Amino acid sequence: MKINFPHRQFAHCESGVTANLLNYHGFPCSEALVFGIGAGLFFGYVPFIKINKMPLTTYRIGPGGIFKKATRRLGIEIRKQKFSSPAAAEKELDRLLASGHPVGAQTGVFWLPFFPPAYRFHFNGHNLVIIGKENDEYLISDPIFEEPVRCSTIDLRKARFAKGALAPKGKIYYIEKMPQQFDLPGAVKAGINDVCRVMLKTPVPLAGVRGIRLLARQLAKWPGKLGEEQTILHLGHVIRMQEEIGTGGGGFRFIYAAFLQEAAEILKNEKLLELSSNCTHIGDLWRDFALLASRVCRGRAAVQDSFDELASLLRQCAVEEEKLFKNLHGAISC
Amino acid sequence: MKKEDVPQQGGLNAGCREVNYAVDGDGHYTLEQSVGWEAKNIALRQAWTVIIDQLHQVLAEIRAGQKSPLAYHMIKAQMDPQLLAQYSGIARWRVKRHLKPAVFHKLGDPALAPYAELFGISVEVLREVPDKPDPLLAELDSSEER
Repeated sequence: MKINFPHRQFAHCESGVTANLLNYHGFPCSEALVFGIGAGLFFGYVPFIKINKMPLTTYRIGPGGIFKKATRRLGIEIRKQKFSSPAAAEKELDRLLASGHPVGAQTGVFWLPFFPPAYRFHFNGHNLVIIGKENDEYLISDPIFEEPVRCSTIDLRKARFAKGALAPKGKIYYIEKMPQQFDLPGAVKAGINDVCRVMLKTPVPLAGVRGIRLLARQLAKWPGKLGEEQTILHLGHVIRMQEEIGTGGGGFRFIYAAFLQEAAEILKNEKLLELSSNCTHIGDLWRDFALLASRVCRGRAAVQDSFDELASLLRQCAVEEEKLFKNLHGAISC
Repeated sequence: MKKEDVPQQGGLNAGCREVNYAVDGDGHYTLEQSVGWEAKNIALRQAWTVIIDQLHQVLAEIRAGQKSPLAYHMIKAQMDPQLLAQYSGIARWRVKRHLKPAVFHKLGDPALAPYAELFGISVEVLREVPDKPDPLLAELDSSEER
């Protein structure tokens, strides 16, 4: 059985899944719009949470957040379930598919056979939509890929019950009821306000603009503190978090700039167009950072000099982002 | 990023194309496909090089009788004893014991079955290790002279 689910390829898994689900349920929208309403943009540098023994650096909010916030702000009723047993998880999934529901699921990338081998790491925050089952295979719409893919029952079971950080515990989610009408401008404003708040007014120095400054300070100390080998590994880790499949480039800053263009039209606010191009500029800065960092990793640039330059690029990102979100907050408050 | 600047530097994508956001001539955002970018290929290769180095090291330790073959399969699956314990359902202290050659070689097939099932291999394969690490990535092994 296969649900007639229009598959569209997008940059990021969770906002792509949400956009495709909303589209299926009769609310055509772009990935960027969902990303903005769901307030997906973020920055966090958390040295005491380790991924692969290296500090967590993130450019987006935690898994599940975009779907949750975007649907809540649009007044859509959703249902989420987690399971303790794989058998129960599979039974419920099959039941939902049989009743014609496309089902979103959180999975571990390591176990998904359709991923390019080079990308298969233990990352458990990957989202996809299950759209059918044929014999022993599930049919999957994974927004990262050009076409729908297939995955054997056994592989999907392992992926849904991946272990370690962010273990999905078989998590599935789906849309139960769409509202009669949407307050789109209200949802867009709420999304923008949310991002401005987390980027500017965070109580902890690890998040938002303060997090970027913290990374700049710490990164400048890496060569002296960690030694060359570890320094280069840490730097590579930051690049991967920023540019790995699913960010749309520039650590989600370009997706957000695309959202601001759409928001300008929805809110009839010309100022947002200008801010969108500022956001594009910020994405370009992050790309410059990644490019220089990768040259250091490859040994093409001298380590100490480059680290001063890398730190100053980060500070520039922080300054520009602070300006952007202050202006953004001002632009939608009036 | 401008549309014409969307990087097309492949290498590790295995034929997949991903979407980048870029600005067209009129300043509007469009979705552009990309086969990859040098900066991230470098970072990705670096991460795999670390795993391959660990595999070389663990093979040497297994040959020297310091570790059991389980250690090789664990690292190949990018796991540590804690993650392997969570996946296999075997307590971590027992996983750690199983990493010792003397303990490992006394284990029967039923004791090793959870590991074999997890890694998708037979118990016989689990008991053995290759002379040099299995090629994890064709692209990596051919493109990087190590």
